[in-house]
Amino acid sequence: MAKITVDGIVYEVNPQNNLLQECLSHGLDLPYFCWHPCMGSVGACRQCAVKQYRNADDKTGVVVMSCMTPASDGAIISIADAQAVKMRSNVIESLMISHPHDCPVCEEGGECHLQDMTQMSGHNYRRYDFKKVTHRNQNLGPFINHEMNRCIACYRCVRYYDDYAGGKDLAALGSHHHVYFGRHEEGTLENEFSGNLVEVCPTGVFTDKTFSEHYTRKWDLQTAPSVCTGCGAGCNTTPGERYGTLRRIVNRYHHDLNGYFLCDRGRFGYGYNSSDRRITEASLVSTHDDEKGVRKSLTTQEAQRQFDAMTAGDVVGIGSPRTSLENNLALRARVGVKNFYAGFSAEQQRCVQAVIAINREQGLHCPDIRTLEQADCVLVVNEDITNTSPRFALALRQAVRNRASQLATDARIPLWQDAAVRELAQNELSPLFILSPQGTRLDDVATDTFLGTTAQQIALLAAVANIIDASVGNAATDTHGEEGARRIASALITARHPCIVSGISAGSEALIHATANVARALRKYSVQSDAIDVCFAMPESNTMGLALLMEEGGGTLDDALQRLARGEADAAIVLENDLTLRTTPEAIDAALSRTPAVVVIDQLHNEFNARAQLLLPSTSFAEQNGTLVNYEGRAQSSHQVFQADAALRPGYEWLTPVDPLSLVLTTSETILYHSAQTLSVLSGAEKLLPPRTGIQALMKSPRQSHRYSGRTAMNANLNVHEKKQPADRESAMSFSMEGLPLQKDASLLSAAWAPAWNSNQAISKFQDEINGELKQGCKGVHLLQRTLEPHVAARVSSSADNSVVYFIDHIFGSEELSAASPAITARSVGAYLCVGEADAQRLGLQQHGRAEISSGAHTAQLPVLIRQRIAPGAIGIYCGGEINRHAFANGVSISAVAEDSNVLVRSRQMFSELVISDSQQGRG
Amino acid sequence: MIRLIKDTLISQVVTLWRVFMHAFAKTDTVEYPDVQPQMFSRWRGRIILSRDPDGEERCVACNLCAVACPVDCIALQKAEDDEGRWYPEFFRINFSRCIMCGFCEEACPTNAIQLTPDFEMAEYVRQDMVWEKEDLLINGTGKYHDYNFYRVAGKKIGGKDKGEARNEAPPVDVRSLLP
Repeated sequence: MAKITVDGIVYEVNPQNNLLQECLSHGLDLPYFCWHPCMGSVGACRQCAVKQYRNADDKTGVVVMSCMTPASDGAIISIADAQAVKMRSNVIESLMISHPHDCPVCEEGGECHLQDMTQMSGHNYRRYDFKKVTHRNQNLGPFINHEMNRCIACYRCVRYYDDYAGGKDLAALGSHHHVYFGRHEEGTLENEFSGNLVEVCPTGVFTDKTFSEHYTRKWDLQTAPSVCTGCGAGCNTTPGERYGTLRRIVNRYHHDLNGYFLCDRGRFGYGYNSSDRRITEASLVSTHDDEKGVRKSLTTQEAQRQFDAMTAGDVVGIGSPRTSLENNLALRARVGVKNFYAGFSAEQQRCVQAVIAINREQGLHCPDIRTLEQADCVLVVNEDITNTSPRFALALRQAVRNRASQLATDARIPLWQDAAVRELAQNELSPLFILSPQGTRLDDVATDTFLGTTAQQIALLAAVANIIDASVGNAATDTHGEEGARRIASALITARHPCIVSGISAGSEALIHATANVARALRKYSVQSDAIDVCFAMPESNTMGLALLMEEGGGTLDDALQRLARGEADAAIVLENDLTLRTTPEAIDAALSRTPAVVVIDQLHNEFNARAQLLLPSTSFAEQNGTLVNYEGRAQSSHQVFQADAALRPGYEWLTPVDPLSLVLTTSETILYHSAQTLSVLSGAEKLLPPRTGIQALMKSPRQSHRYSGRTAMNANLNVHEKKQPADRESAMSFSMEGLPLQKDASLLSAAWAPAWNSNQAISKFQDEINGELKQGCKGVHLLQRTLEPHVAARVSSSADNSVVYFIDHIFGSEELSAASPAITARSVGAYLCVGEADAQRLGLQQHGRAEISSGAHTAQLPVLIRQRIAPGAIGIYCGGEINRHAFANGVSISAVAEDSNVLVRSRQMFSELVISDSQQGRG
Repeated sequence: MIRLIKDTLISQVVTLWRVFMHAFAKTDTVEYPDVQPQMFSRWRGRIILSRDPDGEERCVACNLCAVACPVDCIALQKAEDDEGRWYPEFFRINFSRCIMCGFCEEACPTNAIQLTPDFEMAEYVRQDMVWEKEDLLINGTGKYHDYNFYRVAGKKIGGKDKGEARNEAPPVDVRSLLP
């Protein structure tokens, strides 16, 4: 620890950091633009000027840029010095000379870092008499609005987009005061993390297009701390609501997980909440003779009565990996443990169980996303991580830069000297190896991408494990892998912090074991800690939670469907689960044909719930409280943002029988509390609940900002007599602006705000130190403990999985709910077939032509994409919500379909939307 | 003693005389509603939404009036036309809450919302005091005749391209290498 003096006050600082970061860490207000906690300093904007003195006797001092000056021991600086103040106000004045005077029509207004910094620097009136520079905008696709006039040329956007997120299609163009930040030509920003530009840009050049369509100022949004439901990573988000609809999602800082950034699926995938596919009322298929088969709507009371009547007998309950623990627990409580079945597909269930066992094993460690960023050698097995758990991919792009950090540390260059570190390292990257059936979006930073089918990957992994530790695994069988295996093994052995990332989207249990074997073999060489990092991405927001719950009893989906097909149940309750995504059409048909009553509780209309007798509308993640368990087994609370229409109820409300005699209300909190007491897998989960003592027990946290406007007018068109603010019976938050202010208690931090800091960068006021832990925030509770003895790696035969068909995931479209959002739909493509060039020739397929695939009784005609980078012999299928994955999982036969040119044009158009990386490796 | 009488008695008489003379003075009050009072133009009465000199809606739905309102009686929603112009999809004032403080007018960056001298807004039914945009929007510029926000702000709208706002140079050609 070093000591610096700022305006006569001594602060303890970390000498590894720069002055700006340390001043902000200590809560001092010092304006800045180009610096970002995750991107270091470049000293481009000159806004953070302070006066530095040589020693206590020095009264003159020199003006320095605090972001470019190390916080070395004994430094004496002044923020309030008149010369520094004058410098800062002159700098902001010159940054603003071409600013277009359009704050009232700017989506950034009211949460604008430029507004904040202008105020802080004391610039009021424009004195510059010459013309303002203007620019034409570009259409950057369905996510991002572009308004180039507002630019102050801080270069944060390209530093984020190109340097941090690995984007290729945003650049600083032009020169001098004509510099332009955009694409070489108009078009969609391709990078999967483009949405962060909205928060990274300190002005309104890049704004959220989906938000602009129903724009509301930040202070008017009702917000609550929430957890993203886009995948199993568990990123923290802040959704905002106004006038009863969800308006946007922004990042909510979580030290271990998402940090400052979200992926575009998480940020823009909220539109389904108000899509026309939303189920808005309960409905029942009539059984009367005169109107048989007609679907009639019901009131909530009628629906509840009907529900209770239909499910009075023998009931099968099928849970869901995409809804909260509470909803699953309520279903489990209603039907009983022996009638409760997991809503996983068969292979998913096996894979998750295997992953849980690995996560319990001592000697292995499941890294959080921040730990992933610190790995200096990464092996990605099979999972197309950019498209399944995108936030991991962004972390891996940082991990490969650890080589640069190492070089800089050796050269004694501070890591925040961003430009210097990049200059020093040039193209040197830490090793990243990818095993995949097709080229991935991370290939440009990968040392090597080994294209192979599942069986080939298993063989390669076995060879790697064998080289690392000869007692493990079997030797590689094919010579193609031999050399590669040696390279991977030696990189993993020499790394200080190796990390293995995979997932369960291949549905291959053998592959998971083969992956874990590499980690087990590596234990011998573990340098830093005694555990080797290995993690498996989870496809849905609560996959891990449901899998853990199933350990307390319950059957598989196959058991449930077989029981229904045997006619052994009177009714089935399916909770938020589209079973067509989980199993074959035959299995569903067989089950439904023998089940007298099928009740489905869901959010969106789909093919499956159209067949339900009783359809009950449920609330979305933003409309209910819930607990979600991410890929690490970390349980996190997601709070209700707003009250949905009265017809929509959370699953647990539909499922919990109301006892008129009981005074105890069943809420999400009581369900969780009770289950945490009784179920051993959930023990500790009660720590997620707000404290029941002290001031928090008496006061709630407000969901609305202290300047929430329009309260006496927003519903006045319906009735001028204002209703009482709705009371929240369930959680520690209130649907009003009254309650504990964030500055006093930020344990439920939703939208960060601090005096003079209106943008999301106010988060620094809630951190222990910049980029550190949140002062009061809850990081979630780990439900998985390392209790199992270290496992000796068992042989995995590469013939355990001979499938050549693999299923493709896309960030936009593969997740069921977000795919129904208009902005995501605009970026997604329909089902297609993907083969290599040689295979296409063999099968007589034409690029963008059509092929018929068939498997058993199932056939489908799909457009063909011929890729250069795909494992020979492998056949990729993207289902796109159009075809049933399980119908084609066991191999397909392919034949070409005669083409007409219209079809070719249509599919060419479709594939032009697709962002894939097929170029040979950009690295080296 | 005389001084006391002079100070009090004469004062009393003068006062009585003055009061009496007021019976013949010109009245300040008027026989409302038979006679309409003369209002000052800066009187803070009924709120209107005005149009710019080109006849377009001035309100750009920036929400600043709503946030300035101490009784939160203004609610609106932003919408945008095809060419980028912002306007309120709805604009509602609950006059049964309004205290005519005029903060909204002060906050308005486009001079759209203005308070007028009209005060005759009483209703028998409170619900009728909720006014929508159709009720608020007038066909004129109100008190401020010349200001047109979009002529100043650098956002492109229909009829005004980039570089055509006040003090703006024509858009930059990024591909040019000239200084």
